[in-house]
Amino acid sequence: MTFRTYRDVVGADGSGIAAQVAGQRARVDRRLATVRRIVAILSGKGGVGKSFITAALARLAAARWPERVGVLDADLRSPTVAGMLGASGPLRVNPSGVVPALGVAGVRVVSTDLLLEDGRPLAWREPSGDAFAWRGALEAGVLREFLGDVAWGELEVLLVDLPPGADGGVDLANLAPDLAALAVTIPSEESRRSVARALRAAADAGIRLLGVIENMSGYRCGECARIGPLFTGGAGAALAEQFGIPLLARVPFEAERAGEAPTVFDPTGAACVLEALG
Amino acid sequence: MKFLCLDCDEQMAFAERREPGDGTFAAAFRCPRCQRAVALLANPMETQLVGSLGVKIGGRELDAPPFELARSTIRGRDDAFVDEEAGAAGPGTGPRPVLMWSAEARERLLRVPGFVRGMVKRIYADYATQRGIGEITPEVMDRARTELGLEGM
Repeated sequence: MTFRTYRDVVGADGSGIAAQVAGQRARVDRRLATVRRIVAILSGKGGVGKSFITAALARLAAARWPERVGVLDADLRSPTVAGMLGASGPLRVNPSGVVPALGVAGVRVVSTDLLLEDGRPLAWREPSGDAFAWRGALEAGVLREFLGDVAWGELEVLLVDLPPGADGGVDLANLAPDLAALAVTIPSEESRRSVARALRAAADAGIRLLGVIENMSGYRCGECARIGPLFTGGAGAALAEQFGIPLLARVPFEAERAGEAPTVFDPTGAACVLEALG
Repeated sequence: MKFLCLDCDEQMAFAERREPGDGTFAAAFRCPRCQRAVALLANPMETQLVGSLGVKIGGRELDAPPFELARSTIRGRDDAFVDEEAGAAGPGTGPRPVLMWSAEARERLLRVPGFVRGMVKRIYADYATQRGIGEITPEVMDRARTELGLEGM
């Protein structure tokens, strides 16, 4: 039996899948046309305070660009940034899209935290037996909808709080080609190694690296304001040197601010971060 | 994905899609020359893999509503969304004709989980409006479900 194969047969797919995927990407492009900058907050390691820093950055940016800052929580499985920004649902849906929730300082927020029951994990309606086979595709699809179906409006900056891991920024870069990124690390060597992988993956994907923020960079005493040691190591400076990017801020841990919507940057750090955002 | 009629050496065209509600889907393709038809019958895993992309085999008749994938797949809380009334006029579209819902159709809609109900209602309303249907009944819902592939809705 002889017959022609896929590329021999001229014409569009009968399934229409390729055209629909192209349509999805066009929908994201149209939506993001009113967003001036998209900045991913990444860290290869969990527990470094990435969402905390994202919320702090959002407040900082909102002071400069009131009501023109958005936060997309791409950490679908462990969403926290909406709570840190005081954003709550329900989300309004109208023909032009999903209206983001409003957090402190008018920051526009979308997160799975607004969709899930309190204390319930992200779970899918589909049969669970073989979920490993399609969960990644579903998560990528939901991220695409968070970008393309939300009526973000005119934004100076959309901050994207990525999940821990080396490749979150790569997925995002496929949807938002002019993506920039800030890395968050703690001082430890373990964090340096993990964040280096994430930065390398981001650089390889063509993401512009804006700089590094070192969180939990010492402990600030609530009574005397002296900063003492918390972790050993200097991951922030080492990563900055390794990748040729600036160390934008070193943020000490402050117990009395834990759990609050953070405003953690000192004036020098704030100026550096805002300059990095452009 | 292309289907080739080997007898005619002609690409077959998409003809019809069915989603019977058991997690599978079927799509029929027909040869434009000899009219021979074949059906693609997908098992639940294959169906889910395609669904995870947010696409419909054979293409869409209606644009995907906002958060279609998230709302149809995430187990979320019932009050996560507030949907504008289905049939409301969009910006610049002018007023839409009044759409009626039979008591049976309303009752059936109430059985849809709240997380996704508003979106499903809008899909049915758009389906009816585009076809000049003045009242949505369970029969109209069944037809829309089959034609649009509203699995589990």
